[in-house]
Amino acid sequence: MNKIAVKVDDLTVAYNYKPVLWDIDLEIPEGVLMAIVGPNGAGKSTLIKAILGILDPLAGSVEIYGKPYKKQRSLVAYVPQKGSVDWDFPTTAIDVVMMGTYGSLGWIRRPRQKQKKASLEALEKVGMLSFKNRQISQLSGGQQQRIFLARALVQDASIYFMDEPFQGVDATTEVTIINILKELRKQNKTVIVVHHDLQTVPEYFDWVTFLNVKKIATGPVKDIFNDDNLTKTYGINYKVSIQE
Amino acid sequence: MDLGDYFSMVFSDYTLRTITLGTAILGAVCGMLGSFAVLRKQSLLGDAISHAALPGIAIAFLITGAKDSNVLLIGALVSGMIGTFWIRGIVSKTHLKSDTALGLILSLFFGFGMLLLTYIQKQPNANQAGLDKYLFGQAATLLESDVWMMAIATSACLVVLLLFWKEFKILLFDADYTKTLGFNTRFIDILITSFIVLAIVLGLQTVGVVLMSAMLLAPAAAARQWTNSLGVMVFLAAIFGAFAGVFGTAISASQNNLSTGPVIVLVAGVFVVFSFIFSPNRGLLFKQIRISKNRRDLKLYKTLAFMHNIAEDHEDISHPHTIKILNNFQGFTKKSLQKLVELDFVILQGNMWSLTEKGFKKAENLYNQQSHTHE
Repeated sequence: MNKIAVKVDDLTVAYNYKPVLWDIDLEIPEGVLMAIVGPNGAGKSTLIKAILGILDPLAGSVEIYGKPYKKQRSLVAYVPQKGSVDWDFPTTAIDVVMMGTYGSLGWIRRPRQKQKKASLEALEKVGMLSFKNRQISQLSGGQQQRIFLARALVQDASIYFMDEPFQGVDATTEVTIINILKELRKQNKTVIVVHHDLQTVPEYFDWVTFLNVKKIATGPVKDIFNDDNLTKTYGINYKVSIQE
Repeated sequence: MDLGDYFSMVFSDYTLRTITLGTAILGAVCGMLGSFAVLRKQSLLGDAISHAALPGIAIAFLITGAKDSNVLLIGALVSGMIGTFWIRGIVSKTHLKSDTALGLILSLFFGFGMLLLTYIQKQPNANQAGLDKYLFGQAATLLESDVWMMAIATSACLVVLLLFWKEFKILLFDADYTKTLGFNTRFIDILITSFIVLAIVLGLQTVGVVLMSAMLLAPAAAARQWTNSLGVMVFLAAIFGAFAGVFGTAISASQNNLSTGPVIVLVAGVFVVFSFIFSPNRGLLFKQIRISKNRRDLKLYKTLAFMHNIAEDHEDISHPHTIKILNNFQGFTKKSLQKLVELDFVILQGNMWSLTEKGFKKAENLYNQQSHTHE
């Protein structure tokens, strides 16, 4: 068995009174492409945000390669939902990608030639090099998503968390993202993706977690991606629509 | 004194020079920090802070009994900060949204401040006259020491801005992501907010409690129209702010000492209106012109494509056709036909038209080109 890349223990998150995530235990082995699936409001994005320390959990702990997350931040990259930022912000594509280097730079130090070069390479990987000086509001939704992906790539992390990267993107972008996921797997990186489209889970991913406030199941797609778990996660008769 | 006198005296007259320098510096620092407030969608925070500063001024006066502007501004700073933290507290601890919290704190503090002001005015203390200048500001009361204060605060702000530029920028764009990179977003946030509070407090004497937020927002809103780069925006906002300060003071000083605050704000407002209409990319005027031109071009090409359709059926592409055929086509006018002739796409002979080689080629590639430029 591979090393455990991400280990989540007893993670519980609540907004006000209502728990959004309840007692999540999760072990994600190194090198898997994992989808997190579940209905709306199941806490998929919340799980990622709690793991990354964006939200304060009520209880629980997160370990990255056996050490607390706070000590291992540099191993982790994050692709937020495209809609979480204001794209009318006055900046360019290359500038946004370069933000991925800020973490390794630390306080006050500015990006230099080396960081710029890495950012250009990341832009090229997502097929956006020719848009490098484009104002970000003038990019299409799919292009914006690829910019976010490039920003995470430039972090050169071991573990990638992506929040709905396939949401509302064009075909070119979808193919680009899939190719990059495959590339990352080849490099033995671990990728965790919040995913909405159940149809594509077996095709894109090799590992899956079913989530609906509680963890329903987690494991290899070929073993646990079945009607039983889908029904448990989404409610009665969900299998009808998935089996078409 | 008219405007001309003002500008000839500004370099020689000590008082005028002090006031002008003061408002220019104030405008610049407000413009810079205002850019951050605007981009964080915290435009109203400035308004709340400045109103929240009023009771601080009154209480500082009641305690010390003196009208030393530095002491009063410390009072303003403290109560402005308290107001800011209360707003944050309300937003995080209750279900109220931030606009409600802002409105609530703004009016509560301002009301309390006004109450204290009227109370002070009924006091026998002869010193009390003039505290109400903090409502709408009076640049004429600026002293050299005040201007020094502003200059020092502005320099500090500039240093911090340059040092933490990268951190400010990423926090403004994507706060969650900034957190995952290991930055203490709370620290950056407090740093920005503290400087905004400081700028507001510095401006109270000149622009006043009521209109201070415009000083923060107007230059930034105007600057945003002209650029797509954060650096340029902050720089332009500083310039606009400084100019608004200088012109506002000039007008107010030369017209019988009109209240400075309203005049500066109106000048800044003129910048905003001008920018919204005339800026090349985002401005309404050029946007409208671009839209109409695009529509005209599209109409023209639509006509050309229609002609191409007809001409295609003949072996000789320049075979003449009667203009009447075109009447069935919606987009066609005499004017557009004339335009096509000017472009050398079409030849007119009497009431017959024919496509030129160039026109035929153009029409053939129209669809491809259109879809290409839209990519």
